[in-house]
Amino acid sequence: MAAVPIESRSALSRLWNNQETRSLILQTVTLVVVLTLVGLVLRNVAINLEAIGKEFSFDFLNQPASYDITFSPFIEYSSRDTHLRAYAVGFQNTLLVAVCGIVAATVLGVTMGILRLSRNWLINRMVYVFLEFTRNVPVLLHILLVHGIIVTTLPPPRGAIDVGGTAFVSNRGFYVPAPVFEDGAGIVGLVLVAAIVAALLFRRWAKRVQVETGRIYPVFWICAAIIAGATALAFLLTGTPLAWEVPELKGFNFQGGMALKPEFLALWLALSYYTSCFIAEIVRAGILAVSHGQTEASFALGLRPNRTLQLVILPQALRIIVPPLVSQYLNLTKNSSLAIAIGYMDVVATIGGISLMQTGKEMETMIIVLGTYLVLSLIISAFMNWYNRSIRYKER
Amino acid sequence: MKNISHAIIGAVALAFGLVASAGAGTLEDVQARGELNCIVSTGLQGFAAPNDEGVWEGFDIDFCRATAAAVLGDANAIKAVTATGKTRFTKLNAGEGDVLWRNTTITFVRDVDVPLRFHGVNYYDGQGFMARKDLGVMSAAELDGASVCIQTGTTTELNLADYFRSNGMSYEAVTIEDNAEARENYQAGRCDVYTTDASGLAATRATFPDPDAHVILPEIISKEPLGPATRHGDDQWSDIVTWVLNATVTAEEKGVTSANVDDMMGSNDPEVLRLLGVEGNLGGMFGLNADWAYQIIKQVGNYGEIFERNIGVNTPIGLPRGLNALWTDGGLQYSPPFR
Repeated sequence: MAAVPIESRSALSRLWNNQETRSLILQTVTLVVVLTLVGLVLRNVAINLEAIGKEFSFDFLNQPASYDITFSPFIEYSSRDTHLRAYAVGFQNTLLVAVCGIVAATVLGVTMGILRLSRNWLINRMVYVFLEFTRNVPVLLHILLVHGIIVTTLPPPRGAIDVGGTAFVSNRGFYVPAPVFEDGAGIVGLVLVAAIVAALLFRRWAKRVQVETGRIYPVFWICAAIIAGATALAFLLTGTPLAWEVPELKGFNFQGGMALKPEFLALWLALSYYTSCFIAEIVRAGILAVSHGQTEASFALGLRPNRTLQLVILPQALRIIVPPLVSQYLNLTKNSSLAIAIGYMDVVATIGGISLMQTGKEMETMIIVLGTYLVLSLIISAFMNWYNRSIRYKER
Repeated sequence: MKNISHAIIGAVALAFGLVASAGAGTLEDVQARGELNCIVSTGLQGFAAPNDEGVWEGFDIDFCRATAAAVLGDANAIKAVTATGKTRFTKLNAGEGDVLWRNTTITFVRDVDVPLRFHGVNYYDGQGFMARKDLGVMSAAELDGASVCIQTGTTTELNLADYFRSNGMSYEAVTIEDNAEARENYQAGRCDVYTTDASGLAATRATFPDPDAHVILPEIISKEPLGPATRHGDDQWSDIVTWVLNATVTAEEKGVTSANVDDMMGSNDPEVLRLLGVEGNLGGMFGLNADWAYQIIKQVGNYGEIFERNIGVNTPIGLPRGLNALWTDGGLQYSPPFR
């Protein structure tokens, strides 16, 4: 084939045949297409809102919400407060169940992951069956199941199960005495903080001694003794400044004390055990991925099994475990949006539910809800990325 | 996930959906489609619920059928578009339905700011409470400290907050997405009382295995005028829905029923003749056939027939006419004249 003289090609085809300019052209075109689509969507929103005579505005956030949210452990709220405050309550409840869920799912997941590796056939199989059952059923069903069990099998308040006259179990919640702090409780609190600081200092010192001399202290037990001992001593010396408010059956419900509500309990338990099954498999995979030679080598060096796990296996396994763990944390947080199914007032149920309905601002409230989950997920990711960096191989 | 996806539908519809045309055109759209899309409840016995054969029945469904009879000449040319309390207005405004017949309370904010067009009241209701008989509660004033099950996305939660606040009582709100879930929680004893519109309480109680074990408390704590709604911006369509409702009421007042409507074509009452399209052409004024009201009454019936068939005293729901009797019988149902 005769070579085409370079001059005869158009300028455009020259650009197209150059790898660098071609990629530039493709990227520009893609960007233009994406931006056009975004623009079209925004334009469509504006036209549609105009067509049905709606105004895009967040002013409704400052108006009274007019509905009650009973479950709000940390934020004072009444029906006269604004939609913004109702949103804050919803956010608090989402955050609460997400944090509690992540902690419980991690503990349960790591335990089950290690049990799955057990040589005890029965334990191994039992955990296996539980894992397979749980993670292959949709989480919404688990939530409804747990809530259903609590609500239908437990007795009503009037027939509540009495635990030593101070705690009560009923289908309206688990009631326990609430601590009431009296004069001097502040001192105990200060002593507790001081004891924790002292324990941390001791830990650092013990580590230095170990590096320099090889001597190992039972750091955990000594720290526990410092914290528990000092606090108990201060508590006794200040004259036990703590009273308990015992829940009491008054009218329809128990009054006083602290209560774990069925809605929170069901959501928390279901999300935790559902997510923990995925975490268990991640942990198991992470541990199995560390070559058995590592274990043998550390045994050969004379390390005992628990030290081997702690110093050799886990640090290497964590590198593998942490990145997929982040996705599980994010999943748990996002799955908490199923709360409304059982009446737990999270961010979807408040601003994305009742507020949406009362004000008719679906666009605005949905933007708030989406933004909330996005920010929450990004924060969790950022934290876990930081943790991941701190445990990865340190190249020296 | 259904609930959440429902909630998001509105936002997505606004973003990607084709515009539910603002100007006139709903009537043309419906006639071209040959089917009327009514937004109805996800299931409330007596008002809108599928029967054993899966056909939707009820008070609201009958008004939907009446609208279809007027517009299309065929009461069965309807499609029930179900919506929860939370999603109903979004679905209407997104164009998923032509008209909303879904035991919906008329309020200022809904009318002006959501925004919707309301067309009169097909059921005068008020919020009440239901409790187990064995609790021994005789009055809503004794409910201090009670746990209350409510369906979210309704005016009920606002009335409830106001009622307990103004009476200085406390309560625990158990807010549930749909009526069926809320009902199960009440039956399981998660709540002491269940609250919704009194008609809804009666309808709900009728579905219980032990209806006699529950008592509806005497207090009615709110005004809940329930009525149909349409989108802003289509005056012709609004007029049609308004006068479909009025036609059923006028028919009852004039004694026109589905049984005698053919005889009534020869009535001596000029208003009956105008209503049935024998004299003049009222229907033509808003783009319908002259026999639009005849079709409503022939195929569906007048207001009283619709009421008694679905929720009246001889049905399991067993509601008396009460405020919903004709104005001539001491009730509030009153239609402007057909002239």
